[in-house]
Amino acid sequence: MPGACEIARPRMLASWLDRAYGRPMGTGNVVGLRSTAVRSSVALHAAMAVSGLIMVLFLLAHMYGNLKIFEGRQAFDGYSGYLREAGEPLLPRTGALWIVRVVLLISVLVHIYAAFTLWHRSRSATAGKGGWRYETTKNRRGVQRSYASFTMRWGGVVVGLFVIYHLLHLSADYIAPGGASPSPYQRVVNGFSIWWVVLSYMIALIALGFHLRHGVWSAFASLGTNSSVARRRVLNLVATFVALLILVGFLIPPLVIFAGWVR
Amino acid sequence: MAELFTVGETIRDTKAPAGPIQDQWEARRFGAKLISPANRRSLSVIIVGTGLAGASAAATLGEAGYRVKSFCYQDSPRRAHSIAAQGGINAAKDYRNDGDSIRRLFYDTVKGGDYRSRESNVYRLAEVSSSIIDQCVAQGVPFARDYGGLLDTRSFGGVQVSRTFYARGQTGQQLLLGAYQALERQAAAGTVEVHTRHEMLDLIVIDGKTRGIVVRDMVTGALETHLADAVVLASGGYSNVYHLSTNAVGCNTTATWRAHRKGALFANPCFTQIHPTCIPVSGEHQSKLTLMSESLRNDGRIWVPKEAADGRRPGEIPDGERDYYLERQYPAFGNLVPRDVASRAAKNQCDAGRGAGPGGRGVYLDFADAIARLGRAAIEEKYGNLFDMYHKITDDDPYQVPMRIYPAVHYTMGGLWVDYDLESSIPGLFVIGEANFSDHGANRLGASALMQGLADGYFILPNTISDYFAKNAGTETTDASHPEAVKAVDAVRARITTFLTINGDRSVDSFHQELGSIVWEYCGMERNAEGLQRALGLIRALREEFWTNVKVTGTNEELNQTLERAGRVADFFELAELMCIDALHRLESCGSHFRTESQTDDGEALRDDAAFAYVAAWEFTGDNAPPILRKESLEYHNVELTQRSYK
Amino acid sequence: MKITLRIWRQHDREAAGRMVSYGVDGVSPDMSFLEMLDVLNEQLTAAGDDPVAFDNDCREGICGMCSLVINGIAHGPEGLTASCQLYMRHFSDGDTIDIEPWRSPSFPILKDLIVDRSAFDRIIQAGGYISSPTGAAPDAAAMLVPKKDADRAFDAAICIGCGACVAACPNGSAMLFTGAKATHLGALPQGQIERNSRSLAMVNQHDAEGFGGCTEIGECTAVCPVGIPLDMISRLNGDVLSALRHNTT
Ligand SMILES: Cc1cc2nc3c(=O)[nH]c(=O)nc-3n(C[C@H](O)[C@H](O)[C@H](O)COP(=O)(O)OP(=O)(O)OC[C@H]3O[C@@H](n4cnc5c(N)ncnc54)[C@H](O)[C@@H]3O)c2cc1C
Ligand code: HEM
Ligand code: SF4
Ligand code: FES
Repeated sequence: MPGACEIARPRMLASWLDRAYGRPMGTGNVVGLRSTAVRSSVALHAAMAVSGLIMVLFLLAHMYGNLKIFEGRQAFDGYSGYLREAGEPLLPRTGALWIVRVVLLISVLVHIYAAFTLWHRSRSATAGKGGWRYETTKNRRGVQRSYASFTMRWGGVVVGLFVIYHLLHLSADYIAPGGASPSPYQRVVNGFSIWWVVLSYMIALIALGFHLRHGVWSAFASLGTNSSVARRRVLNLVATFVALLILVGFLIPPLVIFAGWVR
Repeated sequence: MAELFTVGETIRDTKAPAGPIQDQWEARRFGAKLISPANRRSLSVIIVGTGLAGASAAATLGEAGYRVKSFCYQDSPRRAHSIAAQGGINAAKDYRNDGDSIRRLFYDTVKGGDYRSRESNVYRLAEVSSSIIDQCVAQGVPFARDYGGLLDTRSFGGVQVSRTFYARGQTGQQLLLGAYQALERQAAAGTVEVHTRHEMLDLIVIDGKTRGIVVRDMVTGALETHLADAVVLASGGYSNVYHLSTNAVGCNTTATWRAHRKGALFANPCFTQIHPTCIPVSGEHQSKLTLMSESLRNDGRIWVPKEAADGRRPGEIPDGERDYYLERQYPAFGNLVPRDVASRAAKNQCDAGRGAGPGGRGVYLDFADAIARLGRAAIEEKYGNLFDMYHKITDDDPYQVPMRIYPAVHYTMGGLWVDYDLESSIPGLFVIGEANFSDHGANRLGASALMQGLADGYFILPNTISDYFAKNAGTETTDASHPEAVKAVDAVRARITTFLTINGDRSVDSFHQELGSIVWEYCGMERNAEGLQRALGLIRALREEFWTNVKVTGTNEELNQTLERAGRVADFFELAELMCIDALHRLESCGSHFRTESQTDDGEALRDDAAFAYVAAWEFTGDNAPPILRKESLEYHNVELTQRSYK
Repeated sequence: MKITLRIWRQHDREAAGRMVSYGVDGVSPDMSFLEMLDVLNEQLTAAGDDPVAFDNDCREGICGMCSLVINGIAHGPEGLTASCQLYMRHFSDGDTIDIEPWRSPSFPILKDLIVDRSAFDRIIQAGGYISSPTGAAPDAAAMLVPKKDADRAFDAAICIGCGACVAACPNGSAMLFTGAKATHLGALPQGQIERNSRSLAMVNQHDAEGFGGCTEIGECTAVCPVGIPLDMISRLNGDVLSALRHNTT
């Protein structure tokens, strides 16, 4: 390992100096420990967890907003307008929305940066082969890992691609299956009346559900809150609950529209 | 017998200071010359072994500022065999207020050793015992605690006080990790250089002083010379001369035996301890034996069928047809008689054909009564992990059927002779831990080996070695080109070449197996002149065959486990011979050494203090030449010699 | 019984390796897995072939030396069992068993089934200790340790340092090993002073050795022979984050 001694060596040198000048030995030299640890996998996971959880909070709010579709066009478009006016007059128009957008953008960037850095580290820690690095084809799925846990990375990519597509469709009105419209309500209804739009939305949401099933649990564990076997069980329940809630909450509007109950 | 050895000069000076026993260690420490901290960096020491003794010594000497090189044959210092110790570690803390004291621990150890250990050393061991616990707790060893947060203790190995500190069933592991972590801390600080997967194959002695070792890098096969101002051997015991023992399969005598060949006296080699409660051999393929903690005898009852060759399963044998032989023979102590007594009794039952299970080598250890009395939950709480381990190995569930146990070799009291300073008969060669012979006499008490290893490494050696340095070292420099160093390397290389060129048709393991069965048969639980003579003949013949017919595949310049084993087995052959000679010459029964010729009317061990109250330290005189017996007579001023009785 | 083995053979660190098949006859169900390999090696030696090199020492599940991936599972199919504690009765006549070394670039293969795990020693060197020079210790009874904490420390301290966690981890992470040490020392009052610097130093060394990050999958806990639980990793994460927030080092 070329990198192996990078840290051991300076430490050793420092302790030699310590001895020469009669300073205490052992962990006496801690200069640089924190600045190195900021780039550690542990810190990156924490960044990922925080950014992920911010996105989860956003999704919960977003989901709540989506459900306004049941209150009719007025309410839904009004809500959309409200998002732009919130915070006025303290903030300029769309100010609050932009704050949220910036926070989300930073979260997404941090999340993706950390994801790819850690992905890369895992690859090099397994000679590029991950869990399939053994010659034998037996037990390749491991002993206890869940489907959710080993689809995090590609599942994340699917979610990411979907988010772009989703923004282009419903936020920017750039691609407009079923017909463009200045009314968000109309855009949604137009879009979800088409079977393949609903299907792609469903697939992406299921991927997101899996991502969050493992992601939420993992986020809490990465932040140090998994403190016992009992707590582990609770956190996993929470993760399952959040994942299901978001999955179901987001699926209701498109399915209902597709079924023709809302138009 | 005369032609087997000659008697040499008596050993007179053990360097123990004169005066009352409780003042001796203080006096020695004060009398020892010191090395100033500034000068320590110019002094170097090699430590072979990273068990409790070696790791604690390396860490402590590193902290003190010496330049330390540490060696072990495993891939990490943490894997030394001390890791396997289960039961606990003794210390005269008297936290229980049950009458324990330094003097009592001293007394118990001398008595337990059947009056064949040196008073001065044992007293010092008891004296420093309590600092060991302090040291280990400070390092973070998670000893068992009671609900008040205080350290818990238990009573162990037939003593009446509760002085054994423990960390569940893994005391050795926890103590070793403490020492290992202290060692690695020094490695990071640059004071200790750790060489793993390096096996010591010879000692370098220059002008009568120990100056280094020859090691083989076990990955590349390179032979390396390491020089220093002193060498410490902490290489553990030699139980594996029996092939099957409770020791790790890699444990060996090579380091100590090579030193013996270079002039270090080997003391009491025939004192080997047999542990009564081990899982019996299950077949030809057996590679090692597993110890079941002695504590099981607190609740289990030992029995065999009354009828020889009773083919029934244990559950089918009614109580009236069982012989609870320990309870019958030793009503006072019952199942809790000392290790050697319990072991021998089991052997006798099996020899008489009453042994249980396949091969008839086993006796039952039955928990049915205890389970009925205390409930399964209580037994599970106490012994759960042991029962699981037994179940895993034998596939029998000890909650349902009685365990089968049989004695196995466990510990070797013999080892390189050392004086009060733990220095061998070669100046500058120190020996600590199980590798030396010092403190346990003819029999070791349970939980005392861990105590001794750490006492030697943390507290005793670091004090005595400075005196040697002050008087001897740092004066002459030498390098690997010194003729003695070159000679040693050449000899090692020649031996390796021989192994690789014999190209016979028997594997190293098959020789080891056969050697082990000879030593076990004739120099195991019971010994007599006829058997020992016979064993000597067999060992010599087998050794000859070994050197002409062993098959070692591969080359030296690679990782070659067969070659490693060949070297170890070759040394075991020579040691086995010395063990038999020692056992033959000691015509008395004491501790673990039972000579059938020396027993009381009712078959108990009979000691002969008039003739044998001495340490037998053997001097090497050459291949196939009779060794010289050097006696160190043992004098007891602080304890009274009594015959043991457990009736 | 008769068993077919497919074993990874690799002459040295640099050499290429491959799986080679061998048949072993006369395997008894009471043999340990390693004893079965001993039988194979006797067979190979008799035929003048190079015996299979594999690490082992105590053969009772405590030293952490044995390290076989058996049919793709580190330490084989039985839970809470080190390779040396696995018995042949868990296999059947006619089985084919695949045996490979731990695979991790941080554990280079030295020969056949033997790997170099010195990375673990360097993680301990970085901070896996409590500094307490010999002789400086106060009386052992001077500090009370709540039983709960002592037990927690013990449950972490039983890690045998085998490296199975790394071998099993799809990320090649050694966080279970590192977390166990952080929990052992961090659960005790003696270990508090260095708790922050210890966790930072160990995690830094962990990464510098090239081990991957933990994504909380738990494959490691499924193969760990002594049952080190996943929460010990979380504990280390928490310690590192708190050390990053509070400059106490
Ligand atoms: C199963 C079992 C249970 C036990 N339980 C207890 C107990 O409860 N209480 C108790 O007090 N005692 C117990 N003992 C005894 C005790 O564990 C040992 O006596 C003690 O640990 C020995 O420690 P040591 O440091 O002398 O040697 P070891 O721990 O054996 O270490 C030997 C070291 O020397 C190295 N070495 C050996 N040869 C060479 C060579 N040629 N070249 C390089 N390095 C070499 C090895 O690598 C190793 O590092 C038990 C023993 C066994 C087998
Ligand atoms: C571009 C899109 C995304 C990618 C590439 C991505 C990738 C990843 C990856 C690789 C992980 C690693 C965790 C592991 O392997 O265990 C992860 C974790 C996580 N993701 Fe995402 N993700 C994406 C989008 C999202 C979104 C939209 C959310 C939330 C709504 C989210 C929430 C989380 C959470 C909470 C975690 C757990 C963090 C941790 O491991 O501590 N991710 N993500
Ligand atoms: S955590 Fe478990 S698997 Fe990992 S090294 Fe320790 S004992 Fe082995
Ligand atoms: S050989 Fe020691 S743990 Fe397996």
